[in-house]
Amino acid sequence: MKPALSVIFFTVLSGAGYGVWCLVGAALAAGIYPQDRIDILLPLGFGFVLVTAGLMASTAHLGRPERAWRALTQWRSSWLSREGIAALVAYLPLLMLAYLAWRGAAGTRVLGALLAVCALATIGCTANIYRSLKTIRAWRARQVAPLYFMFACLSGGLWLWAWLASRADTYVSDAFPLALLVLAIVTALIKVDYWRGIDALPAPTAGHATGLEMLGAVRAFEGPVTEESYLTREMAFVLARKHSARLRPIALTLFAAVPALAIAIALPSGAGWLAIVAAAAASGGVLVERWLFFAEARHAVAAFFPRAVP
Amino acid sequence: MTSLPAPAKKKLGLVIDLDTCVGCHACAIACKEWNDGGAFGPLADDDPYGADPHGVWFNRVHSYEVQPPAHANAPREVTLDSLMGTAPPDAAGTDMPAPQMVHFPRSCLHCETPDCVTVCPTGASYKRAEDGIVLVDEDKCIGCQLCAWACPYGAREIALPHPKTPASDTGRTDQKRGTMQKCTLCVDRIYNETLDACDRQPACVLACPTHARLFGDLGDPDSNVSKVVAERGGFALMPEFGYQPVNRYLPPRPRRDGSTIAATPTQPAPRAETLDTEKLPPLLRWLDKALSR
Ligand code: SF4
Ligand code: SF4
Repeated sequence: MKPALSVIFFTVLSGAGYGVWCLVGAALAAGIYPQDRIDILLPLGFGFVLVTAGLMASTAHLGRPERAWRALTQWRSSWLSREGIAALVAYLPLLMLAYLAWRGAAGTRVLGALLAVCALATIGCTANIYRSLKTIRAWRARQVAPLYFMFACLSGGLWLWAWLASRADTYVSDAFPLALLVLAIVTALIKVDYWRGIDALPAPTAGHATGLEMLGAVRAFEGPVTEESYLTREMAFVLARKHSARLRPIALTLFAAVPALAIAIALPSGAGWLAIVAAAAASGGVLVERWLFFAEARHAVAAFFPRAVP
Repeated sequence: MTSLPAPAKKKLGLVIDLDTCVGCHACAIACKEWNDGGAFGPLADDDPYGADPHGVWFNRVHSYEVQPPAHANAPREVTLDSLMGTAPPDAAGTDMPAPQMVHFPRSCLHCETPDCVTVCPTGASYKRAEDGIVLVDEDKCIGCQLCAWACPYGAREIALPHPKTPASDTGRTDQKRGTMQKCTLCVDRIYNETLDACDRQPACVLACPTHARLFGDLGDPDSNVSKVVAERGGFALMPEFGYQPVNRYLPPRPRRDGSTIAATPTQPAPRAETLDTEKLPPLLRWLDKALSR
């Protein structure tokens, strides 16, 4: 599949934003979050910028962005529609929570729980948009949905830690960065497992797509036109194997190795600035990972075309 | 509304005969011509006569080379090459039959349970309850392309400017439609009472010089199209997706030397009338042979 930058930025940015919201919300609900006004408002505001920027980026993928509101109507059948609704609904607990925190009022526990649920629901809808496409076998993998949640919590969590670590050593226990360290390693393992799985998928063949395999070995002799078309550009995007071989370790290093190392060094030494390095690296790594998520996925229709199977 | 309607009795669709299609692209051209001329305005076509043309087609004709196995009746060995379609021609030239060219028109199959309809977030992509035609509502579509992603048959193309069009080139409003396009089964022809009854068929069907395209109600077992599908073993493409395509493809008939496996899962129905070819003059006998191939 063609890796469209608008969709990649959307999933990466708003993924991190929902990750921040989810963790702050959950910690508030559990009553283990610092009660300083700024510690609630600043991370939530940062998440707001990420989520909103991501949603705006996603409209750049539309042929008619001015009609985007119509996407809210078909929630009965469409995950994209559900995602749009969930994304809008999530703003409600966020704004109410921010208001309460600003006024120093009670009630943040319930709203925190609501915010966490809404953020998770939105991430789940995003994952399901991809997971539900039967035409793209790579995205049917069982790792796809868990990875969307894990990348959101990892990238968002590291940004949250970057903020909390900068606030002297008042109240952040080491448990949070340690949990992030474990999450980084588990995410890397599952992602490697996903890559191993999609590498083992057989390439779709012209003989199968056309049904002509019952007559013999089928070779796509000629495409319908000599030039590229929407179908070949969008669906038969072919990523050279050597590029994936180079990009996969880069992604792993950025989203798992660097943050894990940064946490391992920062905790004993108290070098809080390393948290920013970890957060930035992780977001960059998720960007590469998301690019590969699209570029490596093969669409069934590519089998009809010559040259589509490298 | 993008939930699917209850299954209807009427299933309009096409039957495409891969035995007689000669790959002339007349159907694709006729489709483009008809759908260019409606109230809807021209189909996207960027740089049509230039070096890198880019446009929307509802129907595209592919060509495939099929290498029949060495012994038509022996079980075939499945190798990586045969699966990938990259089996080299038999260099030894032993008993390998000559490869066969199959031309393959590809367009929307008007599936009964397609995800292209249910994934649509706006209700623009829908299936008509009355005859099963799958359409896009031009006024609702936001051009998210999810439906095109959901279609394994490559039946949907979006009308967007050429990917290489500079952003400054804003004067070309016709190129900025930004919505999804697909085969309408010529819904504006088949019910069009201003046309003669014989012309109320999709443009591609009328244009085909070899009658390789048939139009009709595949939900009615007594229709001509259903009968020819039963007789010739018409098949659906990639049924494993569960979309239940309505359109059917008729496999190429076996060669007389038997070098192509007969792909007729069902028993051929007895022919309505039989012709005693022995009684024909030689020229007509030859013609009959050539035509009944
Ligand atoms: S062929 Fe593709 S576009 Fe047409 S109904 Fe089936 S899934 Fe939808
Ligand atoms: S491109 Fe248009 S018709 Fe297709 S899913 Fe998106 S809104 Fe629906």
